[in-house]
Amino acid sequence: MKNSVISACRRYADDRTRLMDILLDIQRELKGIEPAAMDRIAGRLGITRVEVEGMVSFYTFFSNRIKGDIVIRLCSDIIDRHAGGGEIAKCFSEALGIAVGETTADGRFSLEYIPFLGMSDQAPSAMIDETIVTCLTAEKVRLICSRLQAGVAPRELAAHTGDGNNGHPLIRSEVVNNIRCAGDVLLCPVPDNAGLMRALQRRPREILEELEESGLTGRGGAGFPTSRKWRVAADTGAERRCIICNADEGEPGTFKDRVLLTERAGLMIEGMTIAAYTVGSDTGIIYLRAEYAYLRSYLESLLRARREQGLLGKDAGGKRGFNFDIRIQMGAGAYICGEESALISSCEGLRGEPKNRPPFPVESGYLGYPTVVDNVETFCCVARIMDRGGAWFGGFGTGKSTGTKLFSVSGDCTRPGVYELPFGISVRELLDLVDAPEAAAVQVGGPSGEMINESQFGRRLCLEDLATGGSVMVFSRRRNILEIVDYFLGFFVEESCGYCTPCRVGNVFLKKRIEKIRKGLCELEDLDYLRELGKTIAMTSRCGLGHTSPNPVLSTIRNFPLVYAALLKERGDGLQASFDIQSALEESRRLAKRRSMIYDPNYDEG
Amino acid sequence: MKKRIATVSLAGCFGCHMSLLDIDERLLELLKEVEFDRSPLNDLKRFTRRCDIGLVEGGCCNEENVHTLQEFRRNCDVLIAVGQCAVMGGLPVMRNAIMHSDDPLRECLETAYLNSDKIYNPSNRIPNDAALPLLLDKVYTLADVVKVDYQIPGCPPSGDTLWNTLEALLAGKPVALAYEQLRYD
Repeated sequence: MKNSVISACRRYADDRTRLMDILLDIQRELKGIEPAAMDRIAGRLGITRVEVEGMVSFYTFFSNRIKGDIVIRLCSDIIDRHAGGGEIAKCFSEALGIAVGETTADGRFSLEYIPFLGMSDQAPSAMIDETIVTCLTAEKVRLICSRLQAGVAPRELAAHTGDGNNGHPLIRSEVVNNIRCAGDVLLCPVPDNAGLMRALQRRPREILEELEESGLTGRGGAGFPTSRKWRVAADTGAERRCIICNADEGEPGTFKDRVLLTERAGLMIEGMTIAAYTVGSDTGIIYLRAEYAYLRSYLESLLRARREQGLLGKDAGGKRGFNFDIRIQMGAGAYICGEESALISSCEGLRGEPKNRPPFPVESGYLGYPTVVDNVETFCCVARIMDRGGAWFGGFGTGKSTGTKLFSVSGDCTRPGVYELPFGISVRELLDLVDAPEAAAVQVGGPSGEMINESQFGRRLCLEDLATGGSVMVFSRRRNILEIVDYFLGFFVEESCGYCTPCRVGNVFLKKRIEKIRKGLCELEDLDYLRELGKTIAMTSRCGLGHTSPNPVLSTIRNFPLVYAALLKERGDGLQASFDIQSALEESRRLAKRRSMIYDPNYDEG
Repeated sequence: MKKRIATVSLAGCFGCHMSLLDIDERLLELLKEVEFDRSPLNDLKRFTRRCDIGLVEGGCCNEENVHTLQEFRRNCDVLIAVGQCAVMGGLPVMRNAIMHSDDPLRECLETAYLNSDKIYNPSNRIPNDAALPLLLDKVYTLADVVKVDYQIPGCPPSGDTLWNTLEALLAGKPVALAYEQLRYD
């Protein structure tokens, strides 16, 4: 243990801000970060033990006890569940002889759930160490387990590789792209480095003007104008600036960045380089979610190749004095790290907790330097805009939402996958494309977005109407809306960082009340409670997670009133239906060995 | 016609009732407008007729508390949870923290009557007279058991707070309490 800790710390020059990487290395090597190791790491880095322990307890992929040699993580997302995830979990359990959450006695396997793997279009899915397995069936699970037990390495499991770069020697994954509709901006054939070369011939000010003309807005979901973000970063006086690519695609139902990282990673790096040139940055970071670790070697190889070509590093792209390089920062399983300030915390080797704002990251972000954080898709768009021009890009989409957008469609449809379509397309048009004749509800923008009903399918996907980072989940009439809401709330309860009370506690209360409604123990006024509480959480939480976590409740109360009405009862006696005196007395009767003089009606006979 | 008020202390300490007496000479003013029905202040044990306002102190820790509370709900137009125990469970609710035990109620009783070195209990028995109401599995707030119209926090709420609340209710006006009256840090 001692040597592993020392060499891991040394690998990162005992730099406290690289604690993520240090812990990831130690976790990989020792299969866990036990208390003794925490002490040693803390001593070595000159920080307190609790700082290390705080990290270990925060991120899903770290554990304070030793896990199996091979960790199998099952995606527990709602789409995977609907696709039979429960059965798959049972199959793994039976084949390995352990329940979910346990490790086999011989220490070879651990089995656990993770909230979202990013494979909704090929669910049910699981992650075996860093290898992804998809479209699981009982038979496939049994085969996988027997091969693993026979000593086959997870990496060797894939019988055949997926399309495109999924078959690249450094990826070799059975994941498929499922590109169902390639649009005119990103998924069509794109030339290498055309955007970058054009950008480097221009002055930063001209690039900003071009971007402004394009009307490009952030693709993560919030829709902030990219040119404005960059301009602030460029105008904030500082000795250094930082460019971060947010590849921590964690919103359940979103998987379009997975496809971009596989097929358009070069474009993304180009976009980052353009950003660096524009705002004057020397440091780039790709924050890659732990679930996509299978793409890491491939991305590293691209960065290496670009360094060799002179497109990264000193005098990048042949531009004298423009020095810019990129490193990959692996995440460790935390939804909240998709929030830009939490992501920055994570890059700094801290718990992935959001920071107070102002100052905004563009003024003071990574290590205090002005930092531009943009989505994978945004950087890809930038490179294309530099190549084809802002006016060309602005020709797609609507007034406020220009360009095309990648939609990740999953759920009850025959053609789940990635669709690149101009902003402004209606939900109904998209449903026709994905072939979902039975759609009864559509969750737009993931759990933090909005669930709409059939009468609203004419609404349009764009900032002016239904904003989305790309997640579109389709649910048929067979699905139980409140089960979905309950699941989404469970997700937020799990993923809340716990820093602020409205989010940490409020989401639990929301979930409890929804559970009560599902049991038929609520009345009309419970809806007022949910609305009121939802509003309070949204208004008083510290970051975007809490600002949007009540949405599943609020949007379904609005759009599916009959689902609630069917479960609410009017009692009129002033008593709470959820309070059951008989079960509240059960324990006491047993201990006192007598019955209630008040509530057991035939007490005398007893 | 005078308004009728009923009051009771469930799993509380009567501190909130003491606070009600803290309205001092305004008690006379109150009595001009209201008549007390069931209340420890006049020792009436049963409702004589329907009441306008019910003030309930304390949460529910046993079956008798639940029974009394349900009776208050049935007999009062407006039901007010008075004080921290009624609103959130207060001190008694601390026993709900024994939730990770396999047998939390037994552990609670054994700690209270047998296993603590601060206890004098020569019989070494847990009281179990047939006349003792059975304890609930955990302590419940009033709102867990019945619908509550108003909740007044505080341990106890001050006499002024109670007075202002009653004054407004009797006058049929919205209850407007000053920030300081509900501030406890």
